[in-house]
Amino acid sequence: MAEITLVEAINLALAHEMQADPEVVVLGEDVGKDGGVFRATVGLLEKFGKERVLDTPLAESMIGGLAVGMAAQGMKPVAEFQFMGFIYPAFDQIVNHAARMRNRTRGRITCPVVFRTPFGAGIHAPEHHSESTEAFFAHTPGLRVVIPSSPARAYGLLLAAIRDPDPVIFLEPSRLYRYAKQDVVDDGVALPLDVCFTLRTGTDVTLVTWGAMVKETMAVAEALHEQGVSAEVIDVATIKPLDFETILASVEKTGRCVVIHEAPLSCGVGAEIIAQVAEKALFALKAPPERVTGFDTIVPYARLEKFYLPSEQRILDAVHRVMEYA
Amino acid sequence: MKIIERFEVPYYQYLNEDSVMADEKPALVDDVSALIKLYELMVLVRVMDAKAVALQRTGKLGTYPSTRGQEAVFVGMGHAMAKSDVFIPYYRDIGALIQRGMSLTQILLYWGGDERGNCFTPDCEDFPFSVPVGSQPLHATGVAYAIKYHHQSRAVLAVCGDGATSQGDFYEAMNVAGAWHLPVVFIVCNNQWAISVPRGVQTAAQTLAQKAIAAGFVGEQVDGNDVIAVQHRTAEALKQAREKHEPRLLEMVCYRQHDHTTADDASRYEPKHLREQEWRKEPVGRLRVYLEKIGAWSEAKEQALLAACAQQVDAAVAEYVSITRQPLTAMFDSLYATLPEIYQPQREILANLEKASHG
Repeated sequence: MAEITLVEAINLALAHEMQADPEVVVLGEDVGKDGGVFRATVGLLEKFGKERVLDTPLAESMIGGLAVGMAAQGMKPVAEFQFMGFIYPAFDQIVNHAARMRNRTRGRITCPVVFRTPFGAGIHAPEHHSESTEAFFAHTPGLRVVIPSSPARAYGLLLAAIRDPDPVIFLEPSRLYRYAKQDVVDDGVALPLDVCFTLRTGTDVTLVTWGAMVKETMAVAEALHEQGVSAEVIDVATIKPLDFETILASVEKTGRCVVIHEAPLSCGVGAEIIAQVAEKALFALKAPPERVTGFDTIVPYARLEKFYLPSEQRILDAVHRVMEYA
Repeated sequence: MKIIERFEVPYYQYLNEDSVMADEKPALVDDVSALIKLYELMVLVRVMDAKAVALQRTGKLGTYPSTRGQEAVFVGMGHAMAKSDVFIPYYRDIGALIQRGMSLTQILLYWGGDERGNCFTPDCEDFPFSVPVGSQPLHATGVAYAIKYHHQSRAVLAVCGDGATSQGDFYEAMNVAGAWHLPVVFIVCNNQWAISVPRGVQTAAQTLAQKAIAAGFVGEQVDGNDVIAVQHRTAEALKQAREKHEPRLLEMVCYRQHDHTTADDASRYEPKHLREQEWRKEPVGRLRVYLEKIGAWSEAKEQALLAACAQQVDAAVAEYVSITRQPLTAMFDSLYATLPEIYQPQREILANLEKASHG
């Protein structure tokens, strides 16, 4: 067992699965000799060779389309996009082809690709390096959208994503890449997809979040505990398909729900969660649900980004508001 | 100043528009049974194509893109492929697909709005039609990479139209194919029109074939109305791809003898005389005259062929119209390997609708 960071856990999972399955290959810009701009693929070229660790020409749509073709031949490509702001040239390949190939051919051709990309703000990066547009992909039938929030979940969920027979958008919170270390056993055991993880149980309020915002949300839950408020924290982990049952059970227990995400408010995944809460748990609610999110504006450059991201104070304020209802 | 590099774009034609064979010709020309096979396939495609248009006009088929005038391009390339090669079509390529195992009924199913048209044969590795223009050459590079990775002696053939050569994906595919020495052949069916935009407005490049040069490999222009040239150059390119992992681009120069699709009206933009003028070069009659000249074809054979094609097409139409639609739940049944729990209630709505519709 070793204490490793989230980005090291990504590397560990890639190495494990490449060792276990010769059809797993890694491709992307600078993933070879350089080991990726965040070093997620460091050492893989030396270990597995240039046929399996592919420094691609600098063309994101190509990375997407190439992966679709490889997957059709039984390979399991793990494609890296350097930042989420650069995944959009591949949007056509992901949405029009990867997501639809199984359905289009009635199962004759499938697309077991993992499209990995760091996402989110808070690392003082240049323009276009701080996007969190998971909702684009969560809206697309045929895809899975998976977001880890700790080294152990990064390891287990990435293994699951690579082994999944369908395309997975795997979004890695760059703010957490080197935030904390955790013991991760390289045992090849995958975590389940399509389920939420309840990180903390509580009885007064349900806090639903994912990715980097898990950090602030857990801190708020601890602060609330000291104030005598018992918060349950759910890490959604798989944004699509959504495990609403876990959220529903929690909201039925607590009667209060606050969703926290750093993506813009309108049409974010929080809107879907609150809609389902309204549809299925309205009469269990003691207070109107709240969303604490990024703003409906373009994610600002580095000097303003911490004011864009939901702060612990904003989350705390929202919880205090929902707690005011008896 | 000094010239550091010069490039050439060859043009291939063996059977000219007057049905005269060039002195320098491929071995295929001596294989009369193969020429007859190519001719029969082109006639079948033309009969099938006319039927598909007629079915659309009478409300029995959805929007359909005619392949009229372009029969040699698709029949020739399909004939040149080995069964183990992988075909990545666009959407006008039925002449190739019927040689790859797609049935006439499946063609009608696809254009009639039924995903089962894409099933082809169960073990088939060929891709389905790709409607987003120019996106599919990239899939060919991925398939080609997998072929190379698995140390197989196969090649991939990807087709697109002249309009698709303006897409970034087209360049990205050629670029990586050249950089990685992938066993792939790109074919551009240059039928002179991207819906209403003529080839000359699409690009200032003198040829589309020359676009391969910047990717570091050979581009050839081929008379797309000469099925012999199409077959021969495609076969040669596939051989280079399989044996030497050298990609190649072939520009098949032909003419779209129909509206873009049945939803289009080319009279809005196409000079009338142009289609008539180009018809003189059309591929089917050109080969027929040659076959007659060498004593391999006759009016009696022609009539027998037309009757056989009509019968085959009519049988496909009869089968197509008799196939009942998929169950409504089919909308969900191939979405994922296993449908996630959260979508089950939506599938259930469709299952209930199905029951009600039979009720």
